[in-house]
Amino acid sequence: MNAELLPLIFAALMGIAILAYVVLDGYDLGVGMLMAGAERAEQDLMVASIGPFWDANETWLVLGIGLLLAAFPAAHGVVLGALYLPVAAMLVGLMLRGVAFELRIKADGWQRELWNWLFWAGSTLASFAQGLMLGRYVTGFAPGFGYWLFAVVVGASLCGGYVLLGATWLILRTEGALQQKAIAWARWGLMWVALGVALVSLVTPLASETVRHKWFDFPQVLYLMLLPAATLAAGGWTWISLGKSDWKPFAGAVAIYVLAFAGLAYSLFPYVVMDRLTLWDAAAHPSALKFVLAGAAIVLPFILGYTVYVYRLFGGKTKAGVYDQK
Amino acid sequence: MEEALLLARVQFGLNIAFHILFPSVTIGLAWVLVYLRLRYEVTRDAAWLETYRLWVKVFALTFAMGVVTGVVMSFQFGTNWPGYMNKVGNVAGPLLAYEVLTAFFLEATFLGVMLFGMNRVPGWMHVTCAVIVAFGTTVSAFWILALNSWMQTPAGYTIENGALIAGSWWEVIFNPSFPYRFVHMLLASGITAAFLVAGLSAWRLLKAPDDAAARGTLRFGAQLAAVLVPLQILSGDLHGLNTLEHQPAKIAAVEALWETQKGAPLVLFAIPDDDKRLNRFAVEVPRGAALVLTHRIDGELKGIDAFKDHPQVAPVFFAFRLMVGMGVLMLILSWFGSLVLRSRTPRWLLWAFAGFTFSGWIAVLAGWLVTEIGRQPWLVTGILRTADAVGDAGGAKLGASLTAYIGTYAVLLLAYMVTLTHMARK
Repeated sequence: MNAELLPLIFAALMGIAILAYVVLDGYDLGVGMLMAGAERAEQDLMVASIGPFWDANETWLVLGIGLLLAAFPAAHGVVLGALYLPVAAMLVGLMLRGVAFELRIKADGWQRELWNWLFWAGSTLASFAQGLMLGRYVTGFAPGFGYWLFAVVVGASLCGGYVLLGATWLILRTEGALQQKAIAWARWGLMWVALGVALVSLVTPLASETVRHKWFDFPQVLYLMLLPAATLAAGGWTWISLGKSDWKPFAGAVAIYVLAFAGLAYSLFPYVVMDRLTLWDAAAHPSALKFVLAGAAIVLPFILGYTVYVYRLFGGKTKAGVYDQK
Repeated sequence: MEEALLLARVQFGLNIAFHILFPSVTIGLAWVLVYLRLRYEVTRDAAWLETYRLWVKVFALTFAMGVVTGVVMSFQFGTNWPGYMNKVGNVAGPLLAYEVLTAFFLEATFLGVMLFGMNRVPGWMHVTCAVIVAFGTTVSAFWILALNSWMQTPAGYTIENGALIAGSWWEVIFNPSFPYRFVHMLLASGITAAFLVAGLSAWRLLKAPDDAAARGTLRFGAQLAAVLVPLQILSGDLHGLNTLEHQPAKIAAVEALWETQKGAPLVLFAIPDDDKRLNRFAVEVPRGAALVLTHRIDGELKGIDAFKDHPQVAPVFFAFRLMVGMGVLMLILSWFGSLVLRSRTPRWLLWAFAGFTFSGWIAVLAGWLVTEIGRQPWLVTGILRTADAVGDAGGAKLGASLTAYIGTYAVLLLAYMVTLTHMARK
């Protein structure tokens, strides 16, 4: 295993962890944001639908950051230092919603309403801050109002994206009136995402010369156009299957994420900090990489195995009631 | 720069102190849950199941607090201490990654089954899930304590181009202070959980004196503490001797010993003055420190004057006395309480245990202050100074985020404590 290949493997692992995080915590953050539009009884059902999963979902973020720290320590400092305030905002949001999730179950009356509100607010703050981080990250933390505005647009788009994931998750996991509501939410989310993705795809090449060259130099532009075409197809498929299938909308939403992520990864590669640090510049010493890789190779299959086990165990439609009360 | 360093330290110290509150409950409580769940499996007595259900909720809430504050930690290594990652990232990064890989996922995933899966899996599987979660919390502590101990007593590394790389991972992980610190922390967590269980049960009994299940868990918590506290005192003594060998400056600060001397006294209480380098209002036991630390009446101990780099004495000195003082009080209450509880449950004793609900936290925080401030001015002993690791986030950024964190933490901590006592009284 040589020093050229190891950083690539870790970039792939980190990418998978971050993609898994965005999709998994994305749906539960989305459900959190959708709480605002739901009735009291529906809220309980919505929270119950993510109950067994959200702790583990959030762990993927820690894994992504852990891998960044272990495999690309030089980038960890640069990236997180540059994203200082959005990171702080995201963390406050994640803390509020995580704790509100537990406390709302144990509270009554106005306190319960307060925790519900904090669950919504924390979810929204965390989602927006993550989009803000993404927007700052892809432009290489460039200073100036325009770049910040761009990051705000990405932040709003990611909120839409999570709403789409959350709504399609609810379509998968609920029935009746709530499911009908979720279908309407999903349509809004999808339009929101379409607008956001289109805007971001247009602006990014304008904002970054590196990205422009990667996408529009001849001849790769020809086959690269498959990616937006496939994204469009996934969006269309999601739209059509709304109301007709329980699982297809969620699968379609996930497909949109995977495709957008692939486009993003292509735009950035080989940089881990845009235009500044490549994967190889930032990589940790091979002794560290080999040690972590050995552990990851052994442990990751187990993690995937028991994650699948738990999703199967709690498969099917969500029933009211939490914590096995009866 | 001075100001930014201080703010970065305050912010990180606050975050890590807030974080450690929750793992120090869950590591111990997870094993208590295994015990409760097993008792139900064996006896089929519904009271045990009820007790398990109450405590698994406490665990879930505490675990969630630990997760969200732990996420903060993983970010702040980079945001506050970029110099740390540049210098020792090749050693620290993998240890943290191993924690996530081997422990975090186990805990988070199987906790879901513990909480929601009782009707979906067979009994043995549900017990197994409890064991897996408990095992996960302990493994988590293993990696974090390995890293922290390595920062205290680094070993197994070589230096290449100014940065450290691991020569032997075995030596990195099992560095000289690790076994002591690991055991000390596990016992601390067991004691914290024991007093939490006893304390909340006492709250419950103050409200509902006839609750037999609460009386059972009160007795259980008191007895568990009565066993663990003496073990902790023993492990603390061994840990101290290990520190004397590897970090003598920390011990000099703990003992407020300014000058190297033979037959040094044990300073029971004093107000150490770091500027003038002397103790005010000292109450001393002649030759005590020499006896405790060298086990000889005229043994020689190095004082602060023997070290070019040493921590501030006063905070280490006071934190150590707070920790030991709490330990003594916990010893008395757990032994005396266990004895009385054999025959009766007087109200004043309930109040005493209720008052000690969160006593483990005070001892844990004091202990961490001793070991972390005691390591200063180093971040990694002999390798990296705290001042050289700090980032360039300006005072304004740090101040703004610090304010947000303090506000959030105050709300969360209050809500946590109120919710627990509320649950106990309901």
